[in-house]
Amino acid sequence: MPRITLEEVEYVAQLARLELTEAEKRTLTEQLGRILDYIAKLNELNTDAVEPTSHVLPIRNIFREDEARDPMPREEALRLAPARHDGYYEVPRVIE
Amino acid sequence: MSTELPLYHRPAHELSAALRRGEIGTVELARAVFERIRAVDEKLHTYLTVTETIGMETAAEVDRLLNRGEPLPPLAGIPIGIKDVICTRGIRTTCASKILEPFVSPYDATVMRKLHLQRIVLTGKLNMDEFAMGSSNENSAFGPCRNPWDTDRVPGGSSGGSAAAVAAGTAIAALGSDTGGSIRQPAAFCGVVGMKPTYGRVSRFGLVAFASSLDQIGPLTKDVTDCALILNAICGHDRYDSTSADVPVPDFTEFLIPEVRGLRIGIPQEYFIEGIHPEVETAVRRAIEQLSEMGAQIEEISLPHTEYAVATYYIIAPAEASSNLARYDGVRYGYRTPNAEDLIEMYRKTRGEGFGPEVKRRIMIGTYALSSGYYDAYYLKAQKVRTLIKQDFDRAFEAVDVILTPVTPTPAFRLGELVDDPLQMYLSDIFTIPANLAGLPGISLPCGQTREGLPIGMQLLGKPFDEGTILRVAYAFEQANPYHRLRPAL
Repeated sequence: MPRITLEEVEYVAQLARLELTEAEKRTLTEQLGRILDYIAKLNELNTDAVEPTSHVLPIRNIFREDEARDPMPREEALRLAPARHDGYYEVPRVIE
Repeated sequence: MSTELPLYHRPAHELSAALRRGEIGTVELARAVFERIRAVDEKLHTYLTVTETIGMETAAEVDRLLNRGEPLPPLAGIPIGIKDVICTRGIRTTCASKILEPFVSPYDATVMRKLHLQRIVLTGKLNMDEFAMGSSNENSAFGPCRNPWDTDRVPGGSSGGSAAAVAAGTAIAALGSDTGGSIRQPAAFCGVVGMKPTYGRVSRFGLVAFASSLDQIGPLTKDVTDCALILNAICGHDRYDSTSADVPVPDFTEFLIPEVRGLRIGIPQEYFIEGIHPEVETAVRRAIEQLSEMGAQIEEISLPHTEYAVATYYIIAPAEASSNLARYDGVRYGYRTPNAEDLIEMYRKTRGEGFGPEVKRRIMIGTYALSSGYYDAYYLKAQKVRTLIKQDFDRAFEAVDVILTPVTPTPAFRLGELVDDPLQMYLSDIFTIPANLAGLPGISLPCGQTREGLPIGMQLLGKPFDEGTILRVAYAFEQANPYHRLRPAL
């Protein structure tokens, strides 16, 4: 039983907003299957009583004063936009 | 001996002293490095962007200040290259990706701000694996970088351009980034010194994020002294990075003592495994013997969860990457597909056309591992094993001061050798990944060469925020050996 099917690869690509060619889907199905097989090695370990580590530093929330600072000028940020219109980012149609 | 070397092959601390004594000029030094780039970079491809105009302007400014007798920081006038994953104001920052090809950063990363305060001569932006994902530099969207010791071989990755530049003299020193070994592994393959500092030691503000709980910026240099000088310049707490640690930063040059008597060095049996290249094992074992003869106390230790590190990493890093790379959507900056009718199609095509194969592979692994129904089995499981790996180190460091290991199982491999086998490529990071998972500092330094003349590296791992002790052991070893003075014939 393969770890991951072509249909699952298509579903995950949809979640990731990633367009893949048919050839890429086939390659990824094979490669992801082998990688997931390898990763399954972790199941050899019983971790029921182990706390997860999301972060190595003993820090939790870091707060700062809520004070106003000068933001990056609008023009500077928009200068990088692939398309813009009247001081906004322009994108293709969102709704019908 | 090194005074006979051409300027571009000399370490920063020597050049810095020569500049102050008036033996050389900053413009002369900068010109030597930019000429070196012109001479060899067509072959090596260490740079994605060369910033000669900016660099020469700073050089002229430093000469003026030197002539006026102004006190200058240690790195003033030193030609330094920056991995193209670190934002540089007004200069292209591409991450070696098509999706960021047009991106000119509107701000400087904190490390850049700090280096500019030192008045470094910026040489340009260095080649890398796309978004720092890779171990060979073959994943650069703009073409691979080559190893200066043998141009048929890879320089390592992902900071391959940084390591190759320092080895070849297209930069005096460089910054890289290390998520699973991306500074230490290319440093080993190219015969230079590379350090990943403790997680939180260096601000990540302006470092394009790959895996935020693992990424760390660090130096690649021609010797250990230069490593300490750059650490002095870039470390410290930063209000713009809430994960940067608010701990005191020592003067790292104070640890440059050629003396290891009484220091306890741990040798983990799990790092001398089957499959390790015999010449790598021999060189590292010889280094251990030498340190023992110098008075260090050698202790056998065990890090029993080492064999699970790669699997753990290849869940955590792609999971974080899939989330970090969601921002490349073609809306605010970077590449946008010209062929989309609606918004979702624009996202999908922009990303499908803009990302290379390895980045897509990792986004897919990460998205899968985080997707509904799989989270506990993959991501949570990996975070728990990460705890076990960290506990291995906590326990080991109760008995020893530093841990010594090989950096990589093999010397530099050939271009194309592992490119069709991603899993084999991932396994080449087996000795460097654990330090990222545990957040520890690690340094890679040359400890020999193969019969074919390829560099071999050894790794020293330290306790959190104890870069000082690994610098000390590295310095003592370096000063007793000739390896840091070797240069590739190009």
